[in-house]
Amino acid sequence: MKDAFGIPQSLLVLGGTSEIALATVRRLVVRRTRTVWLAGRPSPGLESAATELRALGAEVRTLAFDALDPESHEAVLGKVFAEGDIDMVLLAFGILGDQAHDEREPVAAVRVAQTNYTGAVSAGLVSARALQTQGHGSLVVLSSVAGERARRADFIYGSSKAGLDVFAQGLGDALHGTGVHVMVVRPGFVRSRMTAGLEEAPLATTPEAVATAIELGLRRRSETVWVPGALRVVMSAVRHLPRALVRRLPL
Amino acid sequence: MSADTVPVTGWGRTSPTAARPIRLRSYEEAVAAVRGCGARGGIPRGLGRAYGDAAQNAGGAVFDMTALRRVHAIDAEGGTVLCDAGVSLHRLMQVLLPLGWFVPVAPGTRHVTVGGAIGADVHGNNHHVSGSFSRHVLSFELLTADGEIRTVRRGTPLFDATTGGMGLTGMILTATIRFQPVETSLMSVDTERARDLDDLMVRLTTGDRGYRYSVAWIDLLARGAATGRAVLTRGDHAPLEALRTPGRLAAGTRARRDPLAFRPPRFPAPPAFLPEGLVNRRTVGLFNELWYRKAPRARTGRLQRISAFFHPLDGVPHWNRIYGRGGVVQYQFVVGHGQEEALRRIVRRVSGRRCPSFLAVLKRFGDADPGWLSFPVPGWTLALDIPAGLPGLGTLLDELDEEVAAAGGRVHLAQDSRLRPDLLAAMYPRLDDFRALRAELDPRGVFTSDLSRRLTL
Repeated sequence: MKDAFGIPQSLLVLGGTSEIALATVRRLVVRRTRTVWLAGRPSPGLESAATELRALGAEVRTLAFDALDPESHEAVLGKVFAEGDIDMVLLAFGILGDQAHDEREPVAAVRVAQTNYTGAVSAGLVSARALQTQGHGSLVVLSSVAGERARRADFIYGSSKAGLDVFAQGLGDALHGTGVHVMVVRPGFVRSRMTAGLEEAPLATTPEAVATAIELGLRRRSETVWVPGALRVVMSAVRHLPRALVRRLPL
Repeated sequence: MSADTVPVTGWGRTSPTAARPIRLRSYEEAVAAVRGCGARGGIPRGLGRAYGDAAQNAGGAVFDMTALRRVHAIDAEGGTVLCDAGVSLHRLMQVLLPLGWFVPVAPGTRHVTVGGAIGADVHGNNHHVSGSFSRHVLSFELLTADGEIRTVRRGTPLFDATTGGMGLTGMILTATIRFQPVETSLMSVDTERARDLDDLMVRLTTGDRGYRYSVAWIDLLARGAATGRAVLTRGDHAPLEALRTPGRLAAGTRARRDPLAFRPPRFPAPPAFLPEGLVNRRTVGLFNELWYRKAPRARTGRLQRISAFFHPLDGVPHWNRIYGRGGVVQYQFVVGHGQEEALRRIVRRVSGRRCPSFLAVLKRFGDADPGWLSFPVPGWTLALDIPAGLPGLGTLLDELDEEVAAAGGRVHLAQDSRLRPDLLAAMYPRLDDFRALRAELDPRGVFTSDLSRRLTL
């Protein structure tokens, strides 16, 4: 069960090698979390993440999970929920793709869309139903500011996050009053492996800052979290800029 | 998305979870509900005054006991009462005060049910004299997980597991309670100020013996030399002659005509959606300063109504709304006699962190009662209400837990909403017995709450 500050005792991470997810888990383990499931494609990275978290005192198990195989989600995640209540599901998987390359290779672009959007729709619905049955829990969805307004530089990724974001918002409304809390997290540019080598955008942040914001959002039972918080204002302005201007902005 | 679940919280309004409310109107309905409550079990709920998640059950059933509210029999000579578990102490005061009987133990609110008072084994300002609620319970009927109703008497393991057992041993249906005789419904109250914590502890240690009721309100925002300054309120039920003493009550007042009257005032409730942050350092600092200054340095024999003495907040329905949607965390702990240094360290720590708590109360407990998970043990207990949104509160309370556990103390489960589960066994030495009894009595976990899940009770 979550405590009065929204800190979960058990946690399921979908996308167990995500740097933002792991920064979040580290933070929560220090506070209360004892049971952690790291779900992802089996890899040495997943195992070493589990080892690192075990050193912090958590009981960590890894789970083979593939976002691109929605048929399997029901069975894979069902097994986790059958073993006990999960207080929080962190939906953290996602790929950035390579915009220039993906524009030439539509199949690669579709893979971005399938991972970030349809994979998340499937995993999100499966998790939501299980959380609703147990009558409590938080579903934390990592979206992105890229989904807020289309940009020349990353609109394939951005469009997948836009779909995910609207899906998660709607799911949150559908689950209102069922004891399940859905929180959409919209980080800006996060310095991590995923963005290594890219040019940094203004208001860039770190996985640790996102983790801090998630912990705060859990306590407040927020529905939307921007990281950094100033992006809420910035993006609400950017959202209303004329297309012709946005095209010319060095974003 | 099943339509029959509703979000449920405790009085602190933190961590809501969804459950199926089942209002029980007869014992037959209660038996049927317990037998058919499903995989996630159920938990009895009274008036929802526990601050934490004791009367929540995510995904399962919450048995609303408040419709079972008959007072079956009153022995007006001997002062014993047989009533349903859903009867509130407020109702019992209305019925019994005019007959010259008062509840044996009055907790901080009278809007609790008899079942809840037994389940949390509540205590009052008279703990040093009268012990906790269970000391005055002669027997009760318990509906257990197998669907049977058992009569449970004092001195049996099931009695001791149920008093303080947070509703996890079964559902109390009726109880027989012994009341205390009073001549009037007024209190004769002595008030004094203590200039700091040490002064307060000396006054409580030396003076409590002379009073039936004793409690200190403590200003945790005061710093420096004034750390722990407090207002002591101690008293007893006023005897009839006190009302006749010239000069204490104007002739012809209502209290003189009707010395056993019980007419608590009722004020309007705060609006449902107050913003978070109204209870902050500035407002609480101002309140505390005024409250301390307003109290007389020393005054004796003031007559006060029972409602004003015991339950000043009960006149305001839904007063917990003042904390906004973030809610409030209550932290109550006890450390034994001889652990005064731990108490001082905790008070200094809370004051140093400037926790805005306007309901901080210090009291000395007397002898413990045998309930396995009953909270009171002889020593010092401090209770504080702190807005849940205070930054760093979770970590601070975790640190206080360590301090309390190291001093051999414990925190109150009826108020808890955030204890670290691994500290529980150190705080409650009979925890293993409790778990073993539950495993035997209720192997399927029919009686389950969010509290029991969180702390694996």
